[in-house]
Amino acid sequence: MKYIEPHAHMVSRTTDDYQSMILAGCQAVCEPAFWAGFDRTSKEGFYDYFRQLTLYEPQRAAKFGLPHYSWLCINPKEAEDITFTKEVISIIPEFIKEKNVLGIGEIGLNKNSVNEVKSFEMQVQLAIDYDQLILIHTPHLEDKAKGTNLILNILNQFSEIKPHRVLIDHVEEHTIQNVIDQGYWAGITLYPHSKCSHPRAVDMIDIYGETNKVCMNSACDWGVSDPLSLPKAIFELKKRGYCPDKIEHLVYEIPKRFLGQSPNFQL
Amino acid sequence: MQKPPSMVDLYFMEARSKLIDIAAFIDRVEKNGEEKDFRFQAFLGAVDKLKNQPRAIAVLDHFSDPSKNPVPKAGNPAIGAWDKPK
Repeated sequence: MKYIEPHAHMVSRTTDDYQSMILAGCQAVCEPAFWAGFDRTSKEGFYDYFRQLTLYEPQRAAKFGLPHYSWLCINPKEAEDITFTKEVISIIPEFIKEKNVLGIGEIGLNKNSVNEVKSFEMQVQLAIDYDQLILIHTPHLEDKAKGTNLILNILNQFSEIKPHRVLIDHVEEHTIQNVIDQGYWAGITLYPHSKCSHPRAVDMIDIYGETNKVCMNSACDWGVSDPLSLPKAIFELKKRGYCPDKIEHLVYEIPKRFLGQSPNFQL
Repeated sequence: MQKPPSMVDLYFMEARSKLIDIAAFIDRVEKNGEEKDFRFQAFLGAVDKLKNQPRAIAVLDHFSDPSKNPVPKAGNPAIGAWDKPK
């Protein structure tokens, strides 16, 4: 069955993973800028990373006929240093014009610090200034609920924000309601141990799927994670009695609606 | 949407296995004398949340930082349970 992978960190995956995703029905993969497992020491490090996201990785995916799209930002994990954040933000506009760029992301919070909040606000403003979609990372584990509430409060302070152009990712049972109620898109991440299992994801789809604002993703990266999480979610949906048309709506049409708000997203 | 299958048929064996793993984890921690670890105490508190709906939300909330304001500086990575400041 065809599906869209809205969130995968392919720079840290093997070429074999591209092959597996294509064979499983993936029609497009979207890659947010993230923490690469180590802190970069200069804006030049980010410059090279943005070249990787906008130039080299799309070429690697194209060898398998897979459209590759990117999001740009300095991630919250590396955004504690405000001066450094400003330096990285200064080079992002040069890359926004690249044809595979969907927007600004994954911005957000990691440990809910004062400086993370400032860095998040600066990047929300960047997205507004360049009329870009926004992809938001919510914090991990015990920090998620507080961070999600902080993020929603911050977004509410920007009168220019259009919730239908913002996806708030990594929601779980205790955060999804608030995100949906405020008009944002919600992303459920199928990631071992620290995020959501397939049965729990389908539980949330049972409740919130009819809003047509919930997407699932793997967020596969350099950790123990699975680039085939979405095909496995398709199998879980089948087990739970969802018909093929409904499943395709959930894993292909709904993410296409959100991502298609960027003129660069073409399927 | 087709008629939903039995959730017990689908998930009982998997949940049973996970429950036994949890029981064995608690035994293992106690045998090793680590009962006072705040993560383990939070875990036991979360087990108590299984009695009433909505259980998943209650468990997640139990492990969560209940404070409202940003912290002055980013600290250590998240570890799964909120450590109440001493």
